[in-house]
Amino acid sequence: MSFFSMTKTLIKSIFHGPYTVKYPLEKKESFPASRGRIEINIQDCIFCGLCARRCPTGAINIEKAESRWSINRLRCIQCSYCSEVCPKKCLKMSNNYTAPSFENVEDEYCNARVPDNKENNRNIAGAC
Amino acid sequence: MGKETVIPFGPQHPVLPEPIHLDLVLEDETVVEAIPSIGYIHRGLEKLVEKKDFQQYTYVAERICGICSFMHGMGYCMSVESIMGVQIPERAEFLRTIWAELSRLHSHMLWLGLLADALGFESLFMHSWRLREQILDIFEETTSGRVIFSVCDIGGVRKDIDSETLKKINSILDGFEQEVSEITKVFLNDSSVILRTQGLGVLSQQAAFDLGAVGPMARASGIDIDMRKSGYAAYGRLKMEPILETAGDCYARTSVRIKEVFQSLDLIRQCIALIPEGEIKVKVMGNPKGEYFTRLEQPRGEVLYYVKANGTKFLDRVRVRTPTFANIPALLETLKGCQLADVPVLILTIDPCISCTER
Ligand code: SF4
Ligand code: SF4
Repeated sequence: MSFFSMTKTLIKSIFHGPYTVKYPLEKKESFPASRGRIEINIQDCIFCGLCARRCPTGAINIEKAESRWSINRLRCIQCSYCSEVCPKKCLKMSNNYTAPSFENVEDEYCNARVPDNKENNRNIAGAC
Repeated sequence: MGKETVIPFGPQHPVLPEPIHLDLVLEDETVVEAIPSIGYIHRGLEKLVEKKDFQQYTYVAERICGICSFMHGMGYCMSVESIMGVQIPERAEFLRTIWAELSRLHSHMLWLGLLADALGFESLFMHSWRLREQILDIFEETTSGRVIFSVCDIGGVRKDIDSETLKKINSILDGFEQEVSEITKVFLNDSSVILRTQGLGVLSQQAAFDLGAVGPMARASGIDIDMRKSGYAAYGRLKMEPILETAGDCYARTSVRIKEVFQSLDLIRQCIALIPEGEIKVKVMGNPKGEYFTRLEQPRGEVLYYVKANGTKFLDRVRVRTPTFANIPALLETLKGCQLADVPVLILTIDPCISCTER
């Protein structure tokens, strides 16, 4: 039995200073591999629907006829299964946390394809 | 004989990280009986298997528990792989073992912190959790998640750890070991901690056996039971002996867990030395048909996974028997005859995880 077994650790801590990060003044960088928000490059999406079928929480909705891809960010559990199965590799998981949300809405991305006018297609994409 | 009083303990109580309710029947300050009731955080995850296909269910399985999340995913994947006759690559076995042992480290550090908190030793609690943060950072760097990893998959694992990172993990663990050995000395030698734990809640070997205790709870009473000895994943290729104590009191349970922290460090180092190069995943085709039982050693003890599949992509049944559930009868036994003030420490020494008990 001893009485002062903690003293060494405590003295070390006094000289070390705080171990915590003073957020928001100081920010802890996420690791490159950290999980975060799902980002889509809508121009490459072919609306195959694979991501929506595989998503375990049903967070993704696809309207093929209207070329619309939407995600409910509050449902997403950040498993990155969708980005793994996407045949066009247009889904990517960024390493930033999803920003806080105030309402339960779906983020929509459209790509109104105009078959023989690629230039026009690019302009329309991302407009909604 | 004094008058009997019933004092409700929980579901909300400062020492309980999760809700469990106990009706404590007291005579003066002594507990004569404890009647548990659970059911506050049942989420119906076993039923969900009817709605999610067997691959999606991997993500559900690891959400059964926030602390042993990796091993829940692993138990489920191992069951489905065995039904389908899939042999996963050797590298994946080793990676799973590394992550499983890291989980044990972070779970035991969390528990040590909670024990210190229950004893009222706040600075010890904070130092234990500060050290745990290093393990969580290793997790975030290698698996992308801090507590829910989504890295175990049917057929292997989804992420590899390159040799640079393995070296880095080794050096982080060296520093961790040094610091943790200072902290654990306090748990084992400090007089104020010993006064609260030694001789408290003695569970004899026979009682532990009869009541079906598992994990550190059983090992602290001298029962030689550790599923890792059965050699699943890469454990068959590693050298390890179960850690046993004989006293069966709270001090023995603390000591078993502390020694397991060092054992896990040793196992991770062995894995890093032995890990072969190669693939990390095999492609899984078709649907499972059949049934299988898997037994794994989680930080809290042995978990059973039963999976029954019918040849479609939806499984018939998944059943999980978690270690806390198995340890509750033993807890009730140790509570008999203790003082009311010791109840929080006793409840903590089984390392209760209620959300996986109720699923
Ligand atoms: S899987 Fe990829 S290409 Fe297919 S719909 Fe989803 S995002 Fe688009
Ligand atoms: S990360 Fe997972 S939960 Fe989120 S949208 Fe993709 S598949 Fe669905």
